[in-house]
Amino acid sequence: MPVAILEGTSLSKRFGALRVLRSVSLSVAAGEILGVVGPNGAGKTTLFGVLAGALRPTEGRVLLNGDDVTAANAARRCRLGIARTHQVPRPFLGMSVFENVLAAAAFGGGLAGQAAQEGAAEALHRSGLVDCANRPAASLGLLDRKRLELARALATRPRVLLLDEIGGGLTEAELDVLVGLVRDLKQDGMTIVWIEHILHALLRAIDRLVCMAEGGVIAEGEPRAVMADETVMRAYLGGVA
Amino acid sequence: MNENARPIFTVAPRRASPAGWIAIVAVAMLAVVPLLCGGPVVDKLTTLCVYVLLAVMWNLLAGYAGLVSVGQQAFFGLGGYFALRLVEAGLPPYPALVAGAFASAGIAVPISLFLLRLRNGEFAIAMWVTAEAFRLLVMFDPLVQGETGTSLLALNAYEPDLRRNLTYWVALASMAAMTAGSYWLLCRRIGWAARAIRDDEDAAASIGIETMRVKRVIFIVAALGCALAGCIWLASAITFQPRTNFGVQWTVFMLFMVLVGGLRSFEGPIIGALLFFAVQEIFGDFGAWYLAGLGAVAVAFALYLPEGIWGALRSRTGIELMPTQVKHP
Repeated sequence: MPVAILEGTSLSKRFGALRVLRSVSLSVAAGEILGVVGPNGAGKTTLFGVLAGALRPTEGRVLLNGDDVTAANAARRCRLGIARTHQVPRPFLGMSVFENVLAAAAFGGGLAGQAAQEGAAEALHRSGLVDCANRPAASLGLLDRKRLELARALATRPRVLLLDEIGGGLTEAELDVLVGLVRDLKQDGMTIVWIEHILHALLRAIDRLVCMAEGGVIAEGEPRAVMADETVMRAYLGGVA
Repeated sequence: MNENARPIFTVAPRRASPAGWIAIVAVAMLAVVPLLCGGPVVDKLTTLCVYVLLAVMWNLLAGYAGLVSVGQQAFFGLGGYFALRLVEAGLPPYPALVAGAFASAGIAVPISLFLLRLRNGEFAIAMWVTAEAFRLLVMFDPLVQGETGTSLLALNAYEPDLRRNLTYWVALASMAAMTAGSYWLLCRRIGWAARAIRDDEDAAASIGIETMRVKRVIFIVAALGCALAGCIWLASAITFQPRTNFGVQWTVFMLFMVLVGGLRSFEGPIIGALLFFAVQEIFGDFGAWYLAGLGAVAVAFALYLPEGIWGALRSRTGIELMPTQVKHP
């Protein structure tokens, strides 16, 4: 059994009376790519929020490399190696593309001076944004804003990267590049959890798949087996099975 | 998403900005003005220094860190009050004025723990409420005598010309030091962090920025600047009246200078302060109508020229005297 680098145990999240996560347990092995699918409202993005520290879980714990980081805030978890992209991009609109990524390299990546600039430039390069580096972030369209989310997350030099629907809206060719990039990141030793609706791209990259519905995990395991599961078909494909 | 080619980078060393040298020469020239000009000129320049200081501080807070405060008069008023108290305790007036400003900034340390948890409009209003609460507390002090106020009579020990010049030099030094200090901060990592927080606080946390710590540093620096302004004001006006020294008009002035000059640029608020000074000189005698006019102009700028004078000039000409951005090499 490989070591779990990121683990959530019995995570629950309530917003008032609304229960968005119901005792979700999740273990991500070091170096694997874990896919997460599920219908809208299944709690996938909330799970990312809890793992990355943006949201406090109502119950449960988050472990990074076996250490309990539940009490650590989002900034600290980022510096410890958990980076995320946001489903709806959240660029720093008053800054240039380069500055967005530079701040991530300097703070999350813990780099200083020239090393920070180089780290930022490399993240931009990997995300395909290097040509827009000196443009204001506010001038980017939605797709480039998603690339900026990715560049910013990469610049923090994460050990675990949480990708939230970054494939939406890409062309087939762009999806190929994205899948290639995710595989390269795995080669570099990064662990990735990827929420995605574009299954054919996701299935080409991942080692393991989790399906969520109504705030809980309904199936997990080998990707094709999970997709063939009857509960998953009902929940995910709206009961056409 | 091109993953193969690794670019090679060289980072150009930062060139000393000519604007920086011009600023140093300007401050040096301003420093010798009392030796050449009469009292009224020195008094006016003292007022101008206070305006520039206030504008730069509010821009640091709101323009760069997104902390839109309508209660900076809290520190302005407290600075003067602490200076009065320190003189009463036996300190000589000028050291007391500087120490009073630092004491006022010291108050910013504990209150930042509560106020900075609030965001946007909640923060703005809470700051105003805090300023009013401080005013009421200060009015309980028998030294201040409620609404009546008091005076820094110890300053009369100085010969009037010397007093005027000393006050001016303190004003010039405070303005220059706080402006240079803010610029230095904004060009560093903390400046990037502040701007990230202004644009999206949660996203800033998600890339590893300790948002509370950054906001506290900015908040305390701005409190110190506003408190210095309040102490200088006390030294030149001599009288301290809670309703004036803790008055919300100070925030109105800061808003006007920063919005008209250009929020989010370093040059804009300084231009705004010069403009405000001129407007004050020309229309200052019109009382309430003058204030209404100021408000109307600020609203007009916010609606039709949100970048302010400098912002509009910059986007049309590309001029940048004091850049705080980092360019991709």
